[in-house]
Amino acid sequence: MITIKNLHASVDGKEILRGINLEVKAGEIHAIMGPNGSGKSTLSSVLAGKEEYEVTEGEVLFNGKNLLEMPAEDRAREGLFLAFQYPVEIPGVSNVNFLKTAVNEIRTYKGLEAMAPKDFLALVKDKQKLVELDGKLANRSVNEGFSGGEKKRNEIFQMAVLDPCLAILDETDSGLDIDALKIVANGVNTLKDGKKAFLVITHYQRLLDYIVPDFVHILYQGKIVKSGGKELAMELEAKGYDEIKKQFEKESA
Amino acid sequence: MIAEKSHTAQHIIEQISAKASKVNFINDSDLTKALMYLENIGIPTNKDENYKYCNMDALFKKEFKNLDQKLIEIKNVAEYKLEDAINLVVLNGHYSESLSDKVILQGLHLTAFSDLDTSGKKLISSLVNVESDGFIALNTVFSGNGFHLQVQKGTVLHMPIHILYISSSESEALINTRNLIEIQDNAEAQIIEQQIIIGKGKVFTNYLSEKMIGANAKLNSCLFQNEGSFGYSVNTSQVQVQRDGHYDNTTITLGGQVVRNNHNVALVGQNSQAHLNGLFSSKSNQLVDNHTLMDHQVPHCESNELYKGIINDKSTGVFNGKIYVRKDAQKTNAYQSSKNILLSDDATINTKPQLEIYADDVKCSHGTSTGKIDEEAMFYLNARGIGKESARKMLLASFAREVISKIELDSFRDKITALFENEL
Ligand SMILES: Nc1ncnc2c1ncn2[C@@H]1O[C@H](COP(=O)(O)OP(=O)(O)OP(=O)(O)O)[C@@H](O)[C@H]1O
Ligand SMILES: [Mg+2]
Repeated sequence: MITIKNLHASVDGKEILRGINLEVKAGEIHAIMGPNGSGKSTLSSVLAGKEEYEVTEGEVLFNGKNLLEMPAEDRAREGLFLAFQYPVEIPGVSNVNFLKTAVNEIRTYKGLEAMAPKDFLALVKDKQKLVELDGKLANRSVNEGFSGGEKKRNEIFQMAVLDPCLAILDETDSGLDIDALKIVANGVNTLKDGKKAFLVITHYQRLLDYIVPDFVHILYQGKIVKSGGKELAMELEAKGYDEIKKQFEKESA
Repeated sequence: MIAEKSHTAQHIIEQISAKASKVNFINDSDLTKALMYLENIGIPTNKDENYKYCNMDALFKKEFKNLDQKLIEIKNVAEYKLEDAINLVVLNGHYSESLSDKVILQGLHLTAFSDLDTSGKKLISSLVNVESDGFIALNTVFSGNGFHLQVQKGTVLHMPIHILYISSSESEALINTRNLIEIQDNAEAQIIEQQIIIGKGKVFTNYLSEKMIGANAKLNSCLFQNEGSFGYSVNTSQVQVQRDGHYDNTTITLGGQVVRNNHNVALVGQNSQAHLNGLFSSKSNQLVDNHTLMDHQVPHCESNELYKGIINDKSTGVFNGKIYVRKDAQKTNAYQSSKNILLSDDATINTKPQLEIYADDVKCSHGTSTGKIDEEAMFYLNARGIGKESARKMLLASFAREVISKIELDSFRDKITALFENEL
């Protein structure tokens, strides 16, 4: 699905990603963990196409295509979805209109006709139910005045509507209460169909109880320093990052 | 200060006098004062602090050297009319009864200036000071035959009034258009004014409107300006609001080579309020200059101003908002906000809030913001598959909507929304 090779990226001349290698196959769930500031969100933004970040080295293949050459909108149209760590508030743009535009621009890109309003409405209703998103939020401006948890749920709702093949969830669990966490996890698990892939960024084992990863990677100072199975997350939960930090410092010393 | 004689004004007077019929509805004293003002002070240059960004004298010397006044009669204006309104048509500055809809609403009176009786004529120029501004003076001397629109005491008009100012000329022309709108005590009305220019000649419109809002009366108004690159205008609205009166205005400027709006509101009766909203979009080398004056003369009044600009290419936008709170005007609430988006590095916005407060128990605030399109929002939309062009349009349309949504008449609001979004 996606192959990341030796990816380096910097912002304002400061290198943040320092050689990332990662391969995610269809149907897999990968978790990325790592201390604050290690570059997890930067990796998501670079993959989603944020222009602020400059890729200085490396390559990313997404379903065989050169991802880094595409503008952000084409990456989304090709099936990449990023659930933002901090969803953006857009006053004056209604949630439904925004989603309708997104759905139809993606369809146009794929050579499909615009969705009939009736079908679109049915789709929205269905997915709202899935993430138990209050229907009233649909008519409000995108994320404007949403609570932290509502914003996160709105991200999962958008994901469900857009139906991507690769979804990157950047700390979608932070700020969620236990019930919301289950709903979000349930949303992800319902979308899982053996063909989609997920890249789940989180600080907590808790989410991974609900969304069980096939692989866990630890990102530290812009590099994946350790990979393993789901037991790695449990180990981290128990011991923290100290050991990894020490080991890494020894190696780079 | 010794005033230099204004050659520009002299030149205009000479050229126009030959073609204009004599104004018979303005009293001699005002006429004389206006003429003297033109002779001594004349058309403002950029040395006049008020016209700092808008050198009208230079404009007349350059763009309107030859005022040929080859005006064209337009016969069919149906396409500009609104279905759900009473349409009044002012053609090249003169009220046209034949092009206008018949006014058959109880409590609504419409009289051409030339047909006014003595008491009616007395109202003309009663709000403006003919010696305060060159364009007011110019209009006073050369005003077209406008009209007095009166909504009589206690009348609530259920149909909006749509005033169409249509101007057309084969070559350079100066059109002085004028009206007097009187919403008497306890009356209510909705008025939409629209300025249109057709034809190949550059037209300078000098618009002057006096609006009187009576006690407990309400006027919801909208001025839509879409004159294109042949349109140059100075638009002066002088509004007076009596006790418990309510004045709402939304001014939308979609196009015009040079557009200067002077919107002056005097809150003269306690508990009165005024809300001014503005939206303008300028491109190429256009200039849109909005000046507002909110004059709080008495206690317990409220005013609100929201002006938004989208400035593209090498164009210039100006918002100069003065709030004047007089000594007696305690318990005043006055708010003002100006927000602008610059779409190009060569675009300029000049904002100047001016607060002059002489009362001590007041709540006044103002704020201005200027920025580019929000990059974070742009990326969020792109990351959902929405392309740059439509994302840009979405963001600008949402910026504009806050102002456009204030237009009360649904059909007109939809029309403006469509026109506006089409221009983005
Ligand atoms: N636009 C930017 N300008 C300057 N520095 C940046 C920018 N974006 C990221 N950084 C820096 O890069 C580093 C990695 O940030 P990033 O947001 O990717 O971390 P993270 O792993 O997602 O952290 P967290 O767990 O706190 O979300 C940080 O030191 C951050 O300050
Ligand atoms: Mg992060």
